[in-house]
Amino acid sequence: MAEMMYREALNRALFEEMRRDPSVFIMGENIGERGGSYKVTEGLIKEFGPERVIDTPLAEATFTNAAVGAALVGTRPIVEILFVDFTTLPMDALVNQAAKYKFMSGGQGQVPMVLRTQGGAGNGLAAQHSQSLEALFYHIPGLKLVMPSTPYDAYGLLLSAIRDDAPTIFIEHKLLYMTKGEVPEEEYVVPMGEADVKREGEDVTLVTYSYMTLKCLEAAELLEKEGISVEVVDLRTLKPLDEETILESARKTGRVIIVHEACKRGGIGGDIAAMIMENAYDDLDGPVSRVCGLDTPVPYNLELEKVCVPTVEDIAEAVIKIT
Amino acid sequence: MTKKSPKKNAAKGKVSSPGVSEKILLKMYRSAYATRQFELKCMDLYRQGFIRGYLHPYLGEEAIAAGACAAIRPEDFIVSTHRGHGHCISKGADLKLMVSEIMGRATGYCKGRGGSMHISSKEDNNLGANGIVGAGIPIGTGAAMGIKVKKSKQVVLVFFSDGAANQGVFGESLNFAAAFELPVIYMLENNHYAVSTPVECSFGNCDLACKGPAYGMPGVCVDGNDAVEVYLATKSAAERALNGEGPTLIEAKTYRHGGHHINDPGLYMDQEVLAEWKARDPLDILRSKIKGKKKIQEIEAHVESELEEAIEFAKDSPQPSVDEFLDSIPNY
Repeated sequence: MAEMMYREALNRALFEEMRRDPSVFIMGENIGERGGSYKVTEGLIKEFGPERVIDTPLAEATFTNAAVGAALVGTRPIVEILFVDFTTLPMDALVNQAAKYKFMSGGQGQVPMVLRTQGGAGNGLAAQHSQSLEALFYHIPGLKLVMPSTPYDAYGLLLSAIRDDAPTIFIEHKLLYMTKGEVPEEEYVVPMGEADVKREGEDVTLVTYSYMTLKCLEAAELLEKEGISVEVVDLRTLKPLDEETILESARKTGRVIIVHEACKRGGIGGDIAAMIMENAYDDLDGPVSRVCGLDTPVPYNLELEKVCVPTVEDIAEAVIKIT
Repeated sequence: MTKKSPKKNAAKGKVSSPGVSEKILLKMYRSAYATRQFELKCMDLYRQGFIRGYLHPYLGEEAIAAGACAAIRPEDFIVSTHRGHGHCISKGADLKLMVSEIMGRATGYCKGRGGSMHISSKEDNNLGANGIVGAGIPIGTGAAMGIKVKKSKQVVLVFFSDGAANQGVFGESLNFAAAFELPVIYMLENNHYAVSTPVECSFGNCDLACKGPAYGMPGVCVDGNDAVEVYLATKSAAERALNGEGPTLIEAKTYRHGGHHINDPGLYMDQEVLAEWKARDPLDILRSKIKGKKKIQEIEAHVESELEEAIEFAKDSPQPSVDEFLDSIPNY
């Protein structure tokens, strides 16, 4: 086991996959010599050259659709979109092309591409660089959706995503890049569609993913001192959704709160809450509730930004309220 | 409505056919004739209720697909459009599987999931038609990028229309392909209308071929009703691409023989100009260049029986199974 940062784990996954499979290549803005804004692609161009580490023109709609075309002729492209906020530009490539090709062609072709991007608030980047837009992709049949919270999961899930034949949206969080965690030295994959119980507990289940997993674990730590035992289910993959692990935990504790940074309205939490109530209503001790981001664009000012995103205290209070 | 260059693009007179063998001429004629007959039969089937949804006939534009596809090899790729039957046929599709798909049958290319706007054929390296106007341009560009990454010797021929050339991805893609010297041919089928909006009303500069040099590639303008002109331009663009010299934009000027789709009578079209273009029917032009008149008759007879057989095959084919469809839905 070696301790490494989240961005280093992603970087290692890219190096290993590009060495293993010559059909893997990566396209994005300033990912070559500069190594990407968050250093995830650092060093790749030195080993693999500009033919496989491609600094694209600033044209997200085209280079994402280009990944679809490249995937159709037998390569495994990875596209880096600098901010999830910019994925609105290639939405046609994702929604109408990548997600639908296998279906529309009657299974004749498939689109084994990965779109890596990062989202979330916390760095004072304001309304167009701080969003959590995963619900847009969650809603589209045909796309897989991955949002890992630890270096271990980031590495193992990126390997899975690159090897998978379905188009996969892989969303990192800008506040996770510098976080550290244990990563085994040997190669391993984390299968998509498997949630991870990051902390076991008896009284309340927190269902969460991405950066909010860290906040939930902190809240659970605090609550333990209050005598409340909290289970934290990190979804890791939003699609396919590991319904079984969610339901198992819901049945065990009888109380569920879904925590995400994205806006509450139309968010993934509402869908998961409905799924729990459809399947485990009789095992619940109360309604499923949500702790989510405010339904507002993210402001620039630090104090204003803080109130838009769930805090450890918000999560702890929500737990106390239902126990 | 101001028209900047009315009627300018119509009738140009005859063109010679230097360096094109009789074999190629006959191949192109087979494609063009099959496309013409296919469209007419599909329009009948539509009116008889065998086909639902949209049907965008390629009538009048057959020479472009026929000429361009004859200039590339089976291992080369094409990317098609919503008006894509001609591309599909000219790239070698099986008419049985095509009619079946358009009739939504289980035996169709896409098992009835795609229909007229989404036919693709993996075995012909036809990456597919597309219901989003312009979307095929960056997809084809990316296919060429994939070819470059794989270091294989292939070319991508991207069909799209004047309407698609006003999408942002058109400019982005041409720039992308030129920047990376990709093996791609952009075949701009200028049929003069984006549904009902004339080119003269939607472009500041109606010389569409000139957009090639603006992005760093040759821009060639050909008579799209003359398969030989299209063939020769495509041939040289393909050679250029295979030599690693990068992309080419070809503007092939043509004219629809009717409205945008089967239920659009096209009354907004300039009837005088339409008559001029119809007088220069792409099939007549091609026929006039073929010496072996008997061969023409053989091709026509063969196409007609092939098509009849395809329609019978499709009509006898089962509808897709609902259970199989429901079972095939993945959990993502």
